[in-house]
Amino acid sequence: MYSLFTLNSRYGDDKDFDGCAIFGMMNLQGKRFPSREPVRAISNMHERGNGLGGGFALYGLYPEHEDDYALHIMYLNKEAKEKIEKLLHKSFEVIGCEEIPTKKANVLNPPKVWRYFVQPIVEKMSTKTADDYVLEKVMRINTETGKAFVLSSGKNMGVFKGVGYPDDISEFFCLEEYEAYMWICHGRFPTNTPGWWGGAHPFNILDWSVVHNGELSSYGINRDFLEMHGYKCTMRTDTEVLAYAFDLLMRKQKLPIGIVSSIIAAPFWDDIDKMEPKQAQIFRALRQTYGSLLMNGPFSVIVARHGEMIGLTDRLKLRPLSAGIRGDFFYLSSEESAIRLVSPFLDKSWNPRGGEPVVARLKIGKLVEVLAK
Amino acid sequence: MKSYLPPEYIVYRDHERCTRCHVCIEQCTYETHYYDAKDDKIYSRDNNCTNCQRCVVFCPTNAISILKNPNTFRENANWTQEAILAIKKQAETGGVILAGMGCDKPFFTIWDRLVLNASQVTNPSIDPLREPMEIRTYLGSKPDYLEFEYNNNDVALMTKVAPQLCLETPIMFSALSYGAVSLNVHESLARAAAECGTYFNTGEGGLNSKLYGYGDHAIVQVASGRFGVYKQYLDVGAAIEIKIGQGAKPGIGGHLPGEKVTEDISRMRMIPIGTDALSPAPQHDIYSIEDLRQLICALKEATDYSKPVSVKIAAVHNSAAIASGIVRAGADIIALDGVRGGTGAAPRVIRDNVGIPIEFAIAAVDQRLRDEGIRNKASIVVAGGIRSSAEIVKAIALGADAVYIGTAALVAIGCTVCQKCYTGKCPWGIATTDPKLSRRIDPKVASKRLVNLLLAWSSEIKEIMGGMGINAIESLRGNRLHLRAVGLTEAECRILGVKMVGE
Amino acid sequence: MGYAEELVADIGQKFLSRVMPKGSVYSVEASGLHYRDLNTLLRALGNNGAKKIEVHNIYGQRYIGTGFDQKIIVELFGTPGNDLGAFMSGPKIFVHGNAQDCCGNTMDGGLIVVHGHVGDIAGYSMRDGKLFVRDDVGYRAGIHMKEYRDKQPALVVGGTAGDFLGEYMAGGVILVLGLNSENEKFRARYVGTGMHGGIIFVRGEMSNLVSGVKALEANEEDMKFVEGLVREFCFYFGLDVDDALDGKFIKITPVNLRPYGNLYAY
Repeated sequence: MYSLFTLNSRYGDDKDFDGCAIFGMMNLQGKRFPSREPVRAISNMHERGNGLGGGFALYGLYPEHEDDYALHIMYLNKEAKEKIEKLLHKSFEVIGCEEIPTKKANVLNPPKVWRYFVQPIVEKMSTKTADDYVLEKVMRINTETGKAFVLSSGKNMGVFKGVGYPDDISEFFCLEEYEAYMWICHGRFPTNTPGWWGGAHPFNILDWSVVHNGELSSYGINRDFLEMHGYKCTMRTDTEVLAYAFDLLMRKQKLPIGIVSSIIAAPFWDDIDKMEPKQAQIFRALRQTYGSLLMNGPFSVIVARHGEMIGLTDRLKLRPLSAGIRGDFFYLSSEESAIRLVSPFLDKSWNPRGGEPVVARLKIGKLVEVLAK
Repeated sequence: MKSYLPPEYIVYRDHERCTRCHVCIEQCTYETHYYDAKDDKIYSRDNNCTNCQRCVVFCPTNAISILKNPNTFRENANWTQEAILAIKKQAETGGVILAGMGCDKPFFTIWDRLVLNASQVTNPSIDPLREPMEIRTYLGSKPDYLEFEYNNNDVALMTKVAPQLCLETPIMFSALSYGAVSLNVHESLARAAAECGTYFNTGEGGLNSKLYGYGDHAIVQVASGRFGVYKQYLDVGAAIEIKIGQGAKPGIGGHLPGEKVTEDISRMRMIPIGTDALSPAPQHDIYSIEDLRQLICALKEATDYSKPVSVKIAAVHNSAAIASGIVRAGADIIALDGVRGGTGAAPRVIRDNVGIPIEFAIAAVDQRLRDEGIRNKASIVVAGGIRSSAEIVKAIALGADAVYIGTAALVAIGCTVCQKCYTGKCPWGIATTDPKLSRRIDPKVASKRLVNLLLAWSSEIKEIMGGMGINAIESLRGNRLHLRAVGLTEAECRILGVKMVGE
Repeated sequence: MGYAEELVADIGQKFLSRVMPKGSVYSVEASGLHYRDLNTLLRALGNNGAKKIEVHNIYGQRYIGTGFDQKIIVELFGTPGNDLGAFMSGPKIFVHGNAQDCCGNTMDGGLIVVHGHVGDIAGYSMRDGKLFVRDDVGYRAGIHMKEYRDKQPALVVGGTAGDFLGEYMAGGVILVLGLNSENEKFRARYVGTGMHGGIIFVRGEMSNLVSGVKALEANEEDMKFVEGLVREFCFYFGLDVDDALDGKFIKITPVNLRPYGNLYAY
């Protein structure tokens, strides 16, 4: 079993820290749109990155494989590919597979990236849900060879990321050929893993993708809590812990986003004491139970899953986040100027408060809903 | 509340020698001595004595000695005198205990465990008194390579080298803010730096306009309180230093007690007289690595990219990764301040418990930047209780480009490290802004003492280098092979990148 | 006209195509221009006698006006990036759009008028000059503002402000008018923590007072001062002065000069 730790942290740092730019764009009607605007926006924030990481998560990417799990897997060598494909065939029905088309671009040491459309083999699932089964296999793949890594494992979505500026990554992966109804993007400023493509954002498990700006000073205990719940934090990054936390709280424990943000960006005790008794009781219990998931330290994150894009900052608002709406389009960005670049006129533009989530949701049909709690 | 705190020191006076000249009474700022007309004797209030040695030095007949109070609590390796007294003091005041200068605990000095090499037989040692010995150092970002244009017999340099600071000796004066020390001390440091071809650092209190003439030798600091920061300040300095933290108090901001905020300090820092000048803990526009880059670029924009920008951090656990981030953010110089770094005021628990020894920090940062292939992009300056020229040589061998001295410079001027800087009553006239006390430092005299120190240390550095068979400091920098460790564990040796003696 | 020759010497031929004189005003097309080139261009125009410059299509360029001490008027169209007017002391900058973080960082004079909102850390360590924001400011506005004699900075906010307003304030004035939130109380928490100088005025109700500051109703003399500032503010945004002065104003000042004087044992 290989830990990705050494790949991801060549110098044995406690963990990675990231200065970054994040951007999200969603069509609230679920209409798919091309790469031009998201790439333009994230590229406008070059100053926040240093060219050593960029990435995109696209939702609504594979409509012809809507119900299949789309695994994007990167390989550092042939042996790893052979081994992993054996594993895939043992655990899944592989409906389709191909190398993701790329073209020459200004990126550093690109690995080979393949995509597989799979379904779990029902007999092997025992009592697990399909999602948990896939999650387990993904963690297995990530630790099997030390030379292969799953970039994304959701349905009808995919992550493209690597070492280079976001616009170069976009060019490398030919993103201009794709359309999606939701794009989340990231430009990175890492310091310790310049060569490792897996370290870039977005981080993904199932259909959760996370892009993140900041550093969690509570990382150690967040990680320990999640490992107690069965997640293997092999990447040693803040983003991994955020993604697992959302998966645990929202998918497994089925808590709504309002409660999840009150766990991750919990209100101060002083404020809880001032609340109405019933409300205070809830928040007190949340902090008592989930205190280890309180995320301390500056952060702004965009978390996406099918039909939903969530923006959240830490309770002291130490990192910037801007939101905007124009017609059917919803935007989140580290800097407002990136939104204005692709949409100079906005129906509404605001900077959300610290610790309060901004959620954009699309319902099947026409209804759209944006709530800022 | 009755105080349970016994005096730390006892003033012993030989009454036979004492001539009742009253010098001790005038010199002491703590009102320790007093004259009893009835007895015609001078007595002392032991409780006030801080062991600053001012009266001892100035007594014309050597009549005074300061003795450690032999009256101590029962010996206890765990419940030491200091631990017990601290608790009693806090029980009396409910306050955070302040201290001055640097960490005084025995555990953190690695210098004493490193020995230096010398040449014998296989390589001749060099005599610096007769042969050239170069210790000039340039601080700033160096390019990866140089490009030239060749035109017939003419060669022209195409690459633009980033702005550099030129040091004639690898020793600079560390950041001492105007407010923590007096204007006379600032002037003394400025003069000495100018005379010796090196630099002094303004610290976070700004630069008094009287010293603008020394701007070419000043590193102006931009700290979290942004005291005294405006365009002319940035233009006058030779380099700008962004202060993220300092070794004496990593993670918290500067602290200038209200006692030291006089009319002139109020003017310089633009805060009301008598108020505490507390610098915020973080710089409020730097919450993440890309924010640091933003401030570095803002300062370079404001000064038209004409001078190097330095970033000073306290040496903490992940200094190597942080340093890598700082270099990638565009800093030309990184200043590392170890746990022994001094200060005018810091909570004692932070001074003594937070931060790591500078020796490990230099080795870790130097090695990490080399591993990432970016060591040339920034120079490393180290600080934190450098006590002798041997330590400077060891620091450079571990990877530093130059050192900052703070405590040592003040000791040269007259300080005796009594650690009471935060009271503002420094009898030596150093750590005070009281105009009357400040006059005790004459910049002409004090700067001469500093120049003497730099000259003496520079000579010693040259002697040591000569003994190693090196005549240029570039050959010493990062050359760990000239160091061996005595009495360190294997892990410590590995982190320092230094072999054990005998190997 | 002569300016062309001088500009060429300063900034190179390639930027000339972006500059168009319109009478005594220079208009600059900024789209796609890197901030370093944009600032060099603005400085060159200022050095060559420009009194007013318009800059169009700004999308996130940082440090505009950083370190400028020339007395020029700059009109910005678009969304300027972080650190607008940092360390500046001369210009009058008008932003026709929103600005981002660190607007007026360590400002030492001059004027910035924003027809919209700004991000966080506005007016950090301001030493002089005026920053007028029509809508909201974010978190940590006016941290450690300072003053000395005739150097009196002022931050006036037409909308509301976020937490930590005026943290560590040592001088100057912050004025929050709440013109866009008629029925909402001023929600910011930790207003004026560590304050040891300066004054914060808030129009309307506020709760969440920290210890270390006292809040009194502004008296007649205070209101004379506030009125002067409000008139100036309203002039730039075409707002009604009476509306802006309607209701009571709370004046927040430090309780004592040494809010942390008792924290330490000497």
